[in-house]
Amino acid sequence: MASIAATAGGPTRPVRYGSISRNRRRALIWSYVFLVIFAVFFLLPPVYMLITSLKTSQEISAATNPWWVFNPTLQNYIELLSSNQYLTFFRNSALISIIVVTVTMLISVPAAFALARMKFWGSATLATGVFLTYLIPETLLFIPLFKTFAYVYEYTGIQLINNWWVLIVIYPTLTVPFCTWIMIGYFASIPKELDEAALIDGASYIQTLTKIFIPVALPGIIAATIFAFTVSWAQFLYPLAFTTSTDQLVLPVGIITTLIKGDVYNWGQVMTGALLGAAPPLIIYAFLMDYYIAGLTAGATKG
Amino acid sequence: MVDAATGAAGISVGARRPSLHKLFQRKSTIAFLMALPLILLISLLVVYPAFYSLHLATLNKSMERFVGLGNFEFLFKRQTFWMVVEQSVLFAVTAVVFKALIGFFVAHFVHAIPSKGQRKWRGMLLVPWVIPPAMSTLAWFWLFDPSYSAFNWIFTKVGLGTIPFLGDAYWARFSVILVNVWFGAPFFMIMYLAALKSVPEQLYEAAAIDGASWWQRLWYVTLPMMRNIISITVLFSLIVTFANFDIVRVLTAGGPIDQTHVFATWAFKLGIESGDIPLGACVSLFMLPILGLSAVFILRDINKRGNEA
Repeated sequence: MASIAATAGGPTRPVRYGSISRNRRRALIWSYVFLVIFAVFFLLPPVYMLITSLKTSQEISAATNPWWVFNPTLQNYIELLSSNQYLTFFRNSALISIIVVTVTMLISVPAAFALARMKFWGSATLATGVFLTYLIPETLLFIPLFKTFAYVYEYTGIQLINNWWVLIVIYPTLTVPFCTWIMIGYFASIPKELDEAALIDGASYIQTLTKIFIPVALPGIIAATIFAFTVSWAQFLYPLAFTTSTDQLVLPVGIITTLIKGDVYNWGQVMTGALLGAAPPLIIYAFLMDYYIAGLTAGATKG
Repeated sequence: MVDAATGAAGISVGARRPSLHKLFQRKSTIAFLMALPLILLISLLVVYPAFYSLHLATLNKSMERFVGLGNFEFLFKRQTFWMVVEQSVLFAVTAVVFKALIGFFVAHFVHAIPSKGQRKWRGMLLVPWVIPPAMSTLAWFWLFDPSYSAFNWIFTKVGLGTIPFLGDAYWARFSVILVNVWFGAPFFMIMYLAALKSVPEQLYEAAAIDGASWWQRLWYVTLPMMRNIISITVLFSLIVTFANFDIVRVLTAGGPIDQTHVFATWAFKLGIESGDIPLGACVSLFMLPILGLSAVFILRDINKRGNEA
């Protein structure tokens, strides 16, 4: 904003130039001051997680300065990463997320192509419907799903509750609508001339999708993949409601139900577990930030 | 676009000569088949459970007898229910207002600094949104811990008293809202930053030449240009915040004495933990009105944009 004021002030007399540049400097300094304040607020919990994870239980209970590590140790990390239970949570989370991402892409990319380019009876309604499904929160669906699973067990003998793989069945309801929606947006932005040319050259619809649309819309696909992964990794309500035995839990639920034992809080380990659990999305974010942000903003700005 | 133009004609021709091979070659059939997994997923795991919960809400606790609106009557007589309604509304509205305000101003500050450093700041400020909320809420829980609170340590050092963040009903309400604002504000920041970048520079130049102050430029240029994105983000966030589960569940689990329960956590407590599935379904249905209302507004917005295009 301030820079615009300065460029606008540029052509006027040099007398005014000074005051505008002073204003600009002031605005810049204030912006930095507030940014630092908000950055501290936003980064405080993760930093505190890191601080606590480097402490021993003795240091935590000694009630010394909680914001400083006096005897840094990696004991918590070693213990967690050699504990079978924690590794099981991690494996469950990783397996579920990877399979869900694959399933999501297999469902939503063809569907988005069909909805964006090949019209059929009810396709416009379906596109709106997909968007509306994205708005239905999981907190509305977990109780009827819970009951439905009980019925499935009654009639078919397939036990869905307390099995980690049931989450693979439910998670796509969280990821597919949004991914389809943003893929419709990306596909719609591809010029029609491209697929017309392909069709004239004798390509089938499937070839048009795989040879033209997927390569051209690759940034969108990456953004959707990241979204699907972070959503499945972070999901908390469904695993909390549908899984109970410790070998079936995923990370978020596992940390909360097993590491917090009654009143004996082993906070060094809890924070280490939470930090390691937050690491995969954070690492993906660090490397693919632009795609991540593109996916975030696509939902509301496209379509 | 020859193909699309003949698409409608193709359907009528195909209907007259029903050959299975032709049917599978037709564009609309291929399209339908490609969308079929999506349709199945949505109808079986979203639409069906949504309607099933309407049915569940009309049954008695053992789910053998139809009780009509009996569950609702029972809820309306309970004081806890009205407390949950109040807290859900307070929680969602306060949190969304603060998220929107903080997001708006932080986006402005990021936009004001030289574009070289913007990427770095934007990257740092979005971190709360990236961490799974269940995990980051654990960090807040530990920061609020009654005996080892790191905040209270600072407050005692500077001579203030300790604050019972999660023990006192009002402070607990404040804490869940604070954590929700912390988690959601970065999302608003990113959306508003994207919107700010799409405002044409000429508008600001014109305003600056006309002698508009910073405040006037904000009020007469930025806000009108961002109106769409502000309204859609607020609606989105209202739905998500109203249906929030993770933060309240991990931070307070509804306590102290049910004072911080929102619809989702109370429905979980009644439906899954206490085993009264119909009553839980009943409570979760109260999230529907706000959902329907927001859906109407969002749909109107989509249709409007569709017509403009």
